[in-house]
Amino acid sequence: MPEQLLFAMEVTLNGLMAGVLYSLVALGFVLIYKASGIFNYAQGVMALFAALTLVGLMDGQVPFAHLINATFGTDVHHFGWHIPALPAILLTAGVMVVFAIIVERLILRHLVNQEPIILFMATIGLAYFLEGFGDVMWGSDIKKLDVGLPQGISETIDTVTYNWFGYGFFIDRLDIAATLVAAILVVTLTLFSQYSKQGRALRAVADDHQAALSVGISLRFIWVLVWSIAGIVALVAGVMWGAKSGVQFSLSLIALKALPVLMLGGFTSIPGAIVGGLIIGVGEKLFEFAVGPMIGGATENWFAYVLALVFLVFRPQGLFGERIIERV
Amino acid sequence: MLDETEEGHVTEDGRQIGGVLMEMRNITLRFGGVVAIKDISFDIRKGEIRAIIGPNGAGKSSMLNVISGFYHPQEGEIWFKGARRKPMKPYQVARQGIARTFQNIALFEGMSVIDNIMTGRLTHMRSGLFSQALWWGPAEREELENREVVERIIDFLEIQHIRKTPVARLPYGLKKRVELARALAAEPELLLLDEPMAGMNVEEKEDMSRFILDVNDEFGTTIALIEHDMGVVMDLSDRVVVMDYGRKIGDGPPEEIRNNQDVIDAYLGVAHD
Repeated sequence: MPEQLLFAMEVTLNGLMAGVLYSLVALGFVLIYKASGIFNYAQGVMALFAALTLVGLMDGQVPFAHLINATFGTDVHHFGWHIPALPAILLTAGVMVVFAIIVERLILRHLVNQEPIILFMATIGLAYFLEGFGDVMWGSDIKKLDVGLPQGISETIDTVTYNWFGYGFFIDRLDIAATLVAAILVVTLTLFSQYSKQGRALRAVADDHQAALSVGISLRFIWVLVWSIAGIVALVAGVMWGAKSGVQFSLSLIALKALPVLMLGGFTSIPGAIVGGLIIGVGEKLFEFAVGPMIGGATENWFAYVLALVFLVFRPQGLFGERIIERV
Repeated sequence: MLDETEEGHVTEDGRQIGGVLMEMRNITLRFGGVVAIKDISFDIRKGEIRAIIGPNGAGKSSMLNVISGFYHPQEGEIWFKGARRKPMKPYQVARQGIARTFQNIALFEGMSVIDNIMTGRLTHMRSGLFSQALWWGPAEREELENREVVERIIDFLEIQHIRKTPVARLPYGLKKRVELARALAAEPELLLLDEPMAGMNVEEKEDMSRFILDVNDEFGTTIALIEHDMGVVMDLSDRVVVMDYGRKIGDGPPEEIRNNQDVIDAYLGVAHD
């Protein structure tokens, strides 16, 4: 087999797995957008905050340590315990649920029936607040997140592909783990939304608020539920990205990568978020591989946005988004 | 108005009419300076078909919205099943056993007919979030039981052929029927219908009338409906409330309403088309 083709295959595989991570972030956006028509700008910061909280809990960090020490002249930093990964993840999920309840109480409840742009602005405010709050709570230094996921080159794939093609593929085991986790998450979410009482209520709210009320659905409960799920999806995304590149501010910027994914997949479609993420992931890696060297590289920075732009021109509702037809 | 203590009676066609299910006492509803409903009292008895009629802008829809919790009156009391009702959110009213349809159809357009009707069962589903999420024992059993109720209603309203069709694709008349099915799925104690026959052709109107009568007859559901079509109202209902400019100008059985001079002046005598 020609070497170029083998390279391309390896790049595609890596692209697919990078795409899964984009999909994870995009998924959080889609969930909230579907149920409430809000584009949640804070989704990326939620991933950062979740990851920060997880690291803090695992390391037994004292929250607001800096503030406490400055106010009371103490010198506390650590509780001196370590919580294993699994309970810490569950605890963090709990924190994200509490966060959802607070968001509903303090923000959403007061903005019922407001224009979408107002709600969008509110989430921008929320993003900056949460970013600062995360810093104050857990400190702004770069942290290492190790939840025990496998890391490094997958020897099996390397060996197998070497035996087949005479060329070993380099696949990170973390990417494989991320793909599995994302797949489980997506299947669970899809089943939940299609076949459960709350899932049906969620779709009903997304469709028509008035009708939802008339069949006994509490909008507030659904909003808390949706933001909780989005928070947990953010946690998963935060864990994966955090394990890959450390927990730091730039984590919140992955939200910007989710935008082209959403334009491709459509803002209202869960499968769209997945497929969109994969296309962007593969697309930008292959483009960098094939075209990058000719034009000086670094195409990964802009390729996704250009692709999204092309989509906006030809298919504004995205691949799977609902067609917008206005009756005249 | 009938005496409240009266324990009910049997109609000519053999239906059982019971005691008072819901009572509106001196309801006044204002929007800023506009008085939509002015000091209106009436009751709805168990098992009857109660109509609220009146010319455009009389406040009929406002009254239905007060009953279903979408509007909150500034004055007056609402009594349901012998107890005074606190101001409630629409979803709380729905959970009390009051289901409704809307004048301009509020269905979940993106969902299939069966999913739409299943949402009507939400108030009857008890299993928790956790077992729901895992599709576990009780949740599964519950889903199947509710599915059975829904299938019965689908048979009853003769919409088997469109079970899986997305609602957005249905013609108007069928949408109205699906909306009725969703309200019925809640097995309500009181069913509110906001202009169930508005915009329908003669044949669709006849079908809908038949369904309303059958629902009342077979399930004993109490029905309060708003309707423009006078002929239909007179044939369907046991008692009629007539509203005009937010006031009540008549209340009684159809034959009495027909001969009420105020009503004739306000409504029947005036061409309103």
